Amino acid sequence: MTSECAASPAAAMNSVGEACTDMKREYDQCFNRWFAEKFLKGDGSGDPCTDLFKRYQQCVQKAIKEKEIPIEGLEFMGRGKEKPESSS
Amino acid sequence: MVKYFLGQSVLRSSWDQVFAAFWQRYPNPYSKHVLTEDIVHREVTPDQKLLSRRLLTKTNRMPRWAERLFPANVAHSVYILEDSIVDPQNQTMTTFTWNINHARLMVVEERCVYCVNSDNSGWTEIRREAWVSSSLFGVSRAVQEFGLARFKSNVTKTMKGFEYILAKLQVLPPTFSLLTDTGVSPRGPAWCGVPPVSWELCLACIVN
Repeated sequence: MTSECAASPAAAMNSVGEACTDMKREYDQCFNRWFAEKFLKGDGSGDPCTDLFKRYQQCVQKAIKEKEIPIEGLEFMGRGKEKPESSS
Repeated sequence: MVKYFLGQSVLRSSWDQVFAAFWQRYPNPYSKHVLTEDIVHREVTPDQKLLSRRLLTKTNRMPRWAERLFPANVAHSVYILEDSIVDPQNQTMTTFTWNINHARLMVVEERCVYCVNSDNSGWTEIRREAWVSSSLFGVSRAVQEFGLARFKSNVTKTMKGFEYILAKLQVLPPTFSLLTDTGVSPRGPAWCGVPPVSWELCLACIVN
């Protein structure tokens, strides 16, 4: 089953940054295709979405800062992660 | 004090379909409370795993009594981060999800492991753990401990008051000795014919 059912604009999610929604949806479409057709089949190289991702990230990270959403400095996988090897 | 949850679910679809669906599951008829969705970090590791961090905004629907108790929290949506590791070689995915605001009120953390169902390789099972914690538990513990400490100090004053008055009335010599109380009933001979269970019973006997 291919990901033929691309969501129509009305049935897709918004970004937290209003100006970023179109960029987000464009990136998501690219990612979903690459994820199912390449990555899951063992071919994790050659991600065709890097440019779209960069543009989208520039927009959304700015929106996050403006809205003061506290995503900084949070360890990946939170409590599920082992202790980081770097000490301060 | 943390409340712990453990559960298991099965999806009757193959692992690759489930992993692909994971990124497309919003919106759906059951997610009206999810307002926004953004990928805020993503990378492929050298060993071909996909690490992602997704930021979700959800409505903050509280029961009426909670709205009254925590009016400052009402206006703010909940921000949630969902970290995930997709490992296509081992056909597993691990996610960790938690709220990054309203944390002083309550924190919910959820850890899921998705893997091929052991009975049916065409199915996917999800092992789900969650931890619900609140600093409010600390507040109720503090209130209880304060109450007990205050009560014990009042018992001391009660007994000292009795001794004082009795000495004045010269009815009984002031040989009352306060039992040191650790909150545990002292063993030994019964008082007023009643084995000591609590200070309250002891006092009731003296007053009567």
